[in-house]
Amino acid sequence: MNLHEYQAKQIFREYGIPVPAGGVATTAAEAKRIAEQMDVGKWVVKAQIHAGGRSTGRFAGTTEEAGGVRVADSISQVEQIAQAMLQRVLVTPQTGPAGREVHYVYVEQYNAAVQAELFLAMLVDRQTGLLTLLASPSGGEDVESVSAEAIVKLPVDIYQGISQPDLESFSARLELEATEAQTLGQIAHAMYEIFTQKDASLIEINPLAVSAAGDLVALDAVITLDDNALFRHPEADQLRDRNELEVGELEAILHGLNYVKLNGNIGCLACGAGLSLATLDAIKLLGGEPANFLDVPPVAQVERVRQALQLVLSDPSVDSVLVNVFGGGIMRCDTIADALIMVNRETPIKLPLIVRLAGTNATFAIRRLRDMGPQVIFAENLADAAEKAVAAAKQKEKAVRRSWWNKVMGSEH
Amino acid sequence: MLGGLRVAILVNKKTKVICQGITGQQGTFYTEQVLSSNTQMVGGVRPGKGGTKHLGLPVFDTVEQAIAQTNADASVIFVPPPQAGAAILEAIEAGVALVVCVTERIPVLDMVKVKQALRDSSTRLIGPNCPGIITPGECCIGIMPQEIFQRGRIAIVSRTGTLTYEAVGQTTSHNLGQSTCIGIGADPVHGLGFSDCLEMFIQDDETEGVVLIGEIGGREEEDAADYIRANKTNKPIVAYVAGRFAPAGRRMGHAGAIIQHGGGGAEEKLEALRSAGIHIAESPVNIGATMARVLSERS
Repeated sequence: MNLHEYQAKQIFREYGIPVPAGGVATTAAEAKRIAEQMDVGKWVVKAQIHAGGRSTGRFAGTTEEAGGVRVADSISQVEQIAQAMLQRVLVTPQTGPAGREVHYVYVEQYNAAVQAELFLAMLVDRQTGLLTLLASPSGGEDVESVSAEAIVKLPVDIYQGISQPDLESFSARLELEATEAQTLGQIAHAMYEIFTQKDASLIEINPLAVSAAGDLVALDAVITLDDNALFRHPEADQLRDRNELEVGELEAILHGLNYVKLNGNIGCLACGAGLSLATLDAIKLLGGEPANFLDVPPVAQVERVRQALQLVLSDPSVDSVLVNVFGGGIMRCDTIADALIMVNRETPIKLPLIVRLAGTNATFAIRRLRDMGPQVIFAENLADAAEKAVAAAKQKEKAVRRSWWNKVMGSEH
Repeated sequence: MLGGLRVAILVNKKTKVICQGITGQQGTFYTEQVLSSNTQMVGGVRPGKGGTKHLGLPVFDTVEQAIAQTNADASVIFVPPPQAGAAILEAIEAGVALVVCVTERIPVLDMVKVKQALRDSSTRLIGPNCPGIITPGECCIGIMPQEIFQRGRIAIVSRTGTLTYEAVGQTTSHNLGQSTCIGIGADPVHGLGFSDCLEMFIQDDETEGVVLIGEIGGREEEDAADYIRANKTNKPIVAYVAGRFAPAGRRMGHAGAIIQHGGGGAEEKLEALRSAGIHIAESPVNIGATMARVLSERS
């Protein structure tokens, strides 16, 4: 689960990581009030969305060059910028073309005395399986182009945290002064505390500004919490921004499904993440376009599969549906058949429904589906299923074009 | 009997298995399935239910007691996510040689603790979030549907559960069969990796070819490619990497499937594998066909 910058900075404050003064606003008037409360002469207004690259982003429908992070020299300018950002769609290199609507802005004291910008992060290194502190002496927007040799890595003991000697050599490799190294040590310890106490999966400070006086300040803050550990942190649910989810995704979370909306017209329902990804691959390689990714966990009961099917069928862009399940273990194909029959009884499915069932109880399940109607098309294997789904979707596209043509021609008569 | 090494070093007819979480819904379901096969299931663990019986098997309070009483050398874990990390740690401390953890959605920090414990032990862990291991006809530890397997000459190692079955189905329909299949799981932190399994399969006399099923995210496929480059083998390896067309940066059900900055993408993985001499199945529909073609070209 991703947190916004303002939420992450609040956690940083609680754990003693230095951040500039600031506050979050949902209206321009609120932004103005926050700026008034901290009379600093210069402010930064930052759009709060769950994506990076905000400063290089652009607002949809505008020609202005201004991005999602802007400096204001007066309180009225703070208000003006907030007004220009809120309820507008920000498109950045990390949002995709659809962008993200801004519902919060963070108003912060402008930090003038930046001499150097570090990159500092804590995450689990999947190659070693160890908690790891990562740093680069050159942080900022271009940190991804920093060469691998310039990245400093420190494995962290999950029980003991960071030892003093390790920290000293880590700071030395970053070429920090003694006072800077001491503050870096405090920040690194605090990151370890946050990571282990809140079950984070990522903490990132980029940039960590170093002033001429040797002070360190976190100018940005990223915290991602481990979704698998949210059961240990019921309070974290209050931090979830429901605006950040696509239509359908919230519903999917509620039903314990993995759903991602895509741009095509072939609705997909598969069992297991790997087979779901492979289903997308098979469709795309045949020139088809999936409308969604939907992975029904292999522990699914009929009710879950029913909700999953309804989620796919409720998408108006879907022209054909591919159900691809390899039954095994607790997932049996007759569960899928029962759900299909149930959904069809409630609201008859009119779209071509390509069904590929293999593994546990497949023969029995297919026999049950024989009476469902002509819209059900059975597939022998994955190859056959992908071909039939793509063909059905193309036929539907053709039919739509034909009816449009008939309408146009008809109106001329 | 075949000479040389067998991957049945990991599991074989003699492997004795206990189940942690045997009394739960999943533990019960799979234990019942396993009892009807050749696998030697010898007991289970459920704290507080020691001394009772479940499905005719003795239940113990701790793994240590279960091992002392049954001489088991492997354990399969179906304990729910909040306690699963501790269950793996208990098995490691009890010195179980092979631990298979099926449980998914274990917090990553719990797995970091497991990983630290594995460093100082001789235990081998498969998973978590995996379908387990099978040598068809000899031993099945995990949740793989045994009816789709056919004893044969292809070893399969996979990061994804249901896609493992797809590869099994396709190698069976091409009449190649399987020697051993291992689902290593898709979580970011897990036990045995691709390279560990490749090392064993290359040495295994019964294995004539290896199917490797990867997924976007992480660097495990790249590491496997490096391993093959450094340890040449005559056995053909066919790889498929799922998620070429997944939208970038989105969570796709497995924590391991997130495309990482500067690597972990499908194209990088395919290129690494290809340049190591590994055959690529472009589409998931022709994994079995690719292996059959490569084998027939050689003979």
